[in-house]
Amino acid sequence: MFKDLFRKPKYVTVHADTARKDIPEGLWQKCPECNEILYSKELEKYLKTCVKCGYSFRMGARERIKATVDEGTFVEIDADLTSTNPLSFADYPAKLAKTQEATKLKEAIVTGEAAIEGKPVVIGVMDAGFVMGSMGSVVGEKVARAIERAIERRVPLIIFAASGGARMQEGIISLMQMAKTCGALARLHEAGILYISVFTDPTTGGVTASFASMGDIVLAEPGAVIGFTGPRVIEQTIRQTLPEGFQTAEFLLKHGFIDMVVTRTQMRETLAALLDLHVSGGSENG
Amino acid sequence: MANVILEFEKPILELEAKIEELQTFSKEKEIDLSEEVQTLQKKVETLKKSIYGNLTPWQSVMIARHPERPATIDYIKMIFEGFMELHGDRFYGDDPAIIGGIARFKGQPVTVIGHAKGKDTKENLVRNFGMPHPEGYRKALRLMEQAEKFNRPIITFVDTPGAYPGIGAEERGEALAIATNLTKMMALRVPVIATVIGEGGSGGALAIAVADHVSMLENAVYSVSSPEVFASILWKDSTKAQDAAVMMKMTSKDILSLGIIDEVIPEPIGGAHKDLQKIAGTLADSLQKALNNLKQQPIETVLEKRYDKFRSIGHYISG
Repeated sequence: MFKDLFRKPKYVTVHADTARKDIPEGLWQKCPECNEILYSKELEKYLKTCVKCGYSFRMGARERIKATVDEGTFVEIDADLTSTNPLSFADYPAKLAKTQEATKLKEAIVTGEAAIEGKPVVIGVMDAGFVMGSMGSVVGEKVARAIERAIERRVPLIIFAASGGARMQEGIISLMQMAKTCGALARLHEAGILYISVFTDPTTGGVTASFASMGDIVLAEPGAVIGFTGPRVIEQTIRQTLPEGFQTAEFLLKHGFIDMVVTRTQMRETLAALLDLHVSGGSENG
Repeated sequence: MANVILEFEKPILELEAKIEELQTFSKEKEIDLSEEVQTLQKKVETLKKSIYGNLTPWQSVMIARHPERPATIDYIKMIFEGFMELHGDRFYGDDPAIIGGIARFKGQPVTVIGHAKGKDTKENLVRNFGMPHPEGYRKALRLMEQAEKFNRPIITFVDTPGAYPGIGAEERGEALAIATNLTKMMALRVPVIATVIGEGGSGGALAIAVADHVSMLENAVYSVSSPEVFASILWKDSTKAQDAAVMMKMTSKDILSLGIIDEVIPEPIGGAHKDLQKIAGTLADSLQKALNNLKQQPIETVLEKRYDKFRSIGHYISG
């Protein structure tokens, strides 16, 4: 279900998240949406969005943080939490080790404290390049801790979601992370702390069906695939082709599930403006 | 309904047929075969114990999905008095895949909610095989909030392959409906007791199972997805569901040992469908015990424990 959600790029390129500066790479990339040939440096400048059609290329967690928060303000928390293998699932530790090596990430989410236009936030950014951005124990724990930190510090919480859903290799324990993160959000809500959730491509399954959908304000990047069940499983179940644009950010906007579709180049200022409207994390009387 | 026999149960059936044959024969011919019959009967008992006592995970799945397995409605009829079904989510519609209402449990008004599987194909088409749409989860939440208002404990029965994967479900926000239930259930100021009675499939199951006391019937299964979906995600091959069932650790015994649930409720030998009266009695006793225990605690304590219960689930290391 999950893998097929990830729209297969029609071009050949090193995955955005794993592309390293020191590796000589194509100078040019083709936009999969409008076929525009894009100069790689230009692409970086526009935060991996197509200058012609606005298509958002996938973005890794570290890049995203850099593009979102004030320079030098990000302090990572819980950086060294790693998964164990609770179900003794064959190959899982090896898969994790390989992914950690390839992505230079310990898990599918990076969390920390930072500032946006001088306003303090707790921020979590998921990375679809790490086992499909799936949520197992570590993602669930880091999200819960980020929420608790936002409550404790009384600062707003921002989470960028990108996930294929629950981490299959941790089975039922992954499922329970949905209740765990939502439970923590119930407390955040009670504490009157602002939570802005940002859907990026793709977010499905247990992450959409838990913390990612529960923002006070929910944003999404243009064209991002967002849904509960992946399109392939739906097609198999109902035996019909899905309508054009089904489960995109625009589709969700139309159906009332998100507040705004925000292009990546506008994201930072949009977040800053929203933060500005919520002094000290929430209502002043909260 | 015709008796549905699972493949692995056939040896038991064959032996039972043989016993019957012998008994008929002995009656007709007036030959005393009671000793032989007794030997065979002992053998059947041993066989039953060895088969049902050592079910493979896939065999558990087969029993959990057994067409004759008691459903939510059966337990409602057996365990509660004066059930009044309430309908609708007040936004869009009434989802027959979730049944809910008010009844008395040992004299006390409670709210009862459960996934509703059908008894036959016709009913299953109406009930969508127990796979709810968003309006089902919203109905459940509405009834839970109503229960909170009137200080009624909530008792839920989980029995679903999962939330329905369809166009309408996505358009109406299946994910949000589930997420909302997970969030709001954590803060409900009344005791909540959930029992997985058959299939506990994915977020669609959890959406009515964030509870203070969570139990599973012995042959129920609980998992992050159905074994078929699991196999298709990991191996791109849904026919490997049997292997998936093993790896997922989805049986009540496994789920208990992983610390996800509080209790396994023993079933009659061969499964709940072999003796509804008996399983309903055992389940009622378990519910009463859990409810009495919860009612003795201040609600703040109950809420704190509910939070900690789910908050503490996770396996990770630092470093």
